[in-house]
Amino acid sequence: MTPLGLYEPGASPLHRAGAGWKLLGILALAIAAFVLRDPLWLGVLAAVAVLGYPIARIPSRRCLQSARTFGVLVVVVFALQWLLLGLDGAIVVGLRLVTALAAANLYTLTTRIVDVIGSVERGLGPLRRIGLRPERLGLLVGLTVQAVGTLAGIAGEVREAAKARDAGWSATAFAVPFLVRTLRHADELGEALAARGEGER
Amino acid sequence: MIEFRGVGHRYGERVVLSEVDLCLEQRRVAFVGANGSGKSTLARMVNGLVHPTEGSVSVDGLDPVRNGRAVRKRVGFVFTNPDSQIVMPTPEEDVAFSLRGKGISKDERERKARELLSAYGLGGHLEHPAHQLSGGQKQLLALCAMLVREPDVLVCDEPTTLLDLRNKRRFVELLGSLEQQVLLVTHDLDLLGGFDRVVVIDGGRVVADDTPEPALRYYRKLAE
Ligand SMILES: Nc1ncnc2c1ncn2[C@@H]1O[C@H](COP(=O)(O)OP(=O)(O)OP(=O)(O)O)[C@@H](O)[C@H]1O
Ligand SMILES: [Mg+2]
Repeated sequence: MTPLGLYEPGASPLHRAGAGWKLLGILALAIAAFVLRDPLWLGVLAAVAVLGYPIARIPSRRCLQSARTFGVLVVVVFALQWLLLGLDGAIVVGLRLVTALAAANLYTLTTRIVDVIGSVERGLGPLRRIGLRPERLGLLVGLTVQAVGTLAGIAGEVREAAKARDAGWSATAFAVPFLVRTLRHADELGEALAARGEGER
Repeated sequence: MIEFRGVGHRYGERVVLSEVDLCLEQRRVAFVGANGSGKSTLARMVNGLVHPTEGSVSVDGLDPVRNGRAVRKRVGFVFTNPDSQIVMPTPEEDVAFSLRGKGISKDERERKARELLSAYGLGGHLEHPAHQLSGGQKQLLALCAMLVREPDVLVCDEPTTLLDLRNKRRFVELLGSLEQQVLLVTHDLDLLGGFDRVVVIDGGRVVADDTPEPALRYYRKLAE
């Protein structure tokens, strides 16, 4: 299990801020990054997102971990865009991606899942009147945030197992066990949730 | 009390359980049998995760098929793989999660979680990443997540498979000390000394049902 996307306990202002406000903040940041096109402004947004890490006093070990995981993605996307759109377009897309990933990751690092669930439940409370079930939606959002960490963990284990057998990298050798493990996890998780009184059946 | 009346189960054409009639009232009941003999299928019927295709199951007079929610309030279930049972990032949050929908405040849920975890020796790990606990600690956490719901019956499907010998012993001793009725599916025959009753399953049928010593003697002979 990689600690990616897992809460990092702390007492920084970002940890203490309400989960709902933080979520709104990230949304605002993401929308701004999507709307703006000027690389200068996008650079400022990316810097804001990255600056959040020292403010939240995230240990450098966790920062490096995130940078390594997302770095690969950003580099690949950047290279592709450079080929397709040219350098200017690639810079814009790259900065948007850095902003979104850094902000979303920072949110999961500084917010406990229960608080995420709670704020979604409260925020969507009024929807109860039109027949929606905020507690279900809250759980859904919480489990989705959790799933990022779980999937990353499974992917890591599958890669290691392939390495141990000297299997090299092949798409099927990765995809098949990854899918099987993911589906089995989903199945077991469903049963475990039912056993804890969640779900209808 | 848990009752199986003429219970059978098939997956498509494949019959995996047939003619199971059991009346479980003892406090400690174990199920043993070869791989694929149908133990997990039988255990899952107790809380309605699997529905019998023949006959019926009842838990205190309730049918797990029709009253799934009510039955699951009475019956806790501990699975083999703790990683799939831990749904929240830390032990405290995970145990508190079990109390969602019970109409208690968040502070109260977390207080109960802390209390129980401390009682089971996990007090020093309340806020650690749950997935970094050792296998035995995770299994304890999975147990706590069930116990906090205060079930009358606890069904455990090979909960000690991933544990070392010492943790196995501890875990089973712990099960023995609970006030709940415990139904345990296991391959660890050495741990069943204190049980009231052992049911041996073979090819989807109950082939022996006795106190541990004669039942296990029968089972060992079966395996020869
Ligand atoms: N979802 C399913 N679909 C089809 N067949 C299944 C399914 N689940 C179990 N089976 C089959 O039912 C039979 C009984 O399975 P079960 O899991 O109950 O055995 P078990 O006694 O728990 O075995 P083990 O000791 O290996 O856990 C097996 O032959 C298995 O292949
Ligand atoms: Mg089984």
